[in-house]
Amino acid sequence: MAIDPAYAGRTFEPSEPYEVSRVKIAEFATAIGDASPLCRDRFAAQAAGYPDVVAPPTFAIVITAADSARLIADPGLGVNYVMVVHGEQSFAYDRPLGAGDVVVAQTTIESIRQIRSMTTMATTTEIRTVDGEHVCTAHSTLVERGA
Amino acid sequence: MSSANPGYHGIEAGAEIAPRQYQVTRADLVRYAGASGDFNVIHWNERIAKAVGLPDVIAHGMYTMALAGRFLTEWAGDPAAVTEYGVRFSAPVVVPDDDKGATVEVSGVVTGKLDGNKVTVDVTARSGDMKVLTRAHATVRLPGGLPQGGDPLESP
Repeated sequence: MAIDPAYAGRTFEPSEPYEVSRVKIAEFATAIGDASPLCRDRFAAQAAGYPDVVAPPTFAIVITAADSARLIADPGLGVNYVMVVHGEQSFAYDRPLGAGDVVVAQTTIESIRQIRSMTTMATTTEIRTVDGEHVCTAHSTLVERGA
Repeated sequence: MSSANPGYHGIEAGAEIAPRQYQVTRADLVRYAGASGDFNVIHWNERIAKAVGLPDVIAHGMYTMALAGRFLTEWAGDPAAVTEYGVRFSAPVVVPDDDKGATVEVSGVVTGKLDGNKVTVDVTARSGDMKVLTRAHATVRLPGGLPQGGDPLESP
């Protein structure tokens, strides 16, 4: 089974709202070894000029990957996840994600390409607050290796 | 800390950021899987990783990207200082089942200065003799304070 190229260009429904919490930011920071108090202590974050604790730059993957997982679970798309490796990833922030943000993710499949035995799928995910403020654009390329 | 940034006004293109080494163990991958929600079995199950043609369990690309991101934010002194960040995952970080794990070495060089106290940085990450991140570029906001001894209010 291979990824169905007919899905290229498709934009999916926005995700359910995701509430960025202090606990999740601290958990993520700990998992990547980031000891910054700005990820844990809201008073430290406020002293640095932020409304609440702030997330490290790759935190958005928690939100975008959850949205991608919805796509990958679509049997019509035909992704064999155990054969998938990450090809490329980028994030562009209008401002940092922080505790208290309630955001939705919306993903578009930009392209699906067959390269020899591999299939690449490039996606763009826009993260906006539920009030419509754009926070982050994430680009991702997944590579499904041939069997 | 020797790798602390000198602030936006004290830095020029070409400045190198002192390299750092990070150890990556299986326990780190399990913790990252839980925190990120990426439970792909190739990041924790050696049997399946090998069955699908990988040399062993491999680190999440996003974990490697996060370490290189931490390299930048710790240099900047602010976890939210990286406003743009993109990488290509050029080789997997293979993580053996021992206490030492894999070593990822990250280094960086400032490539330009932008408005808003931001600089562009090229990042290199290696594990063993493989480049594990390529085309790794970031935009990092640095403290905008005046360079040492340069406070114009106290200048004659």
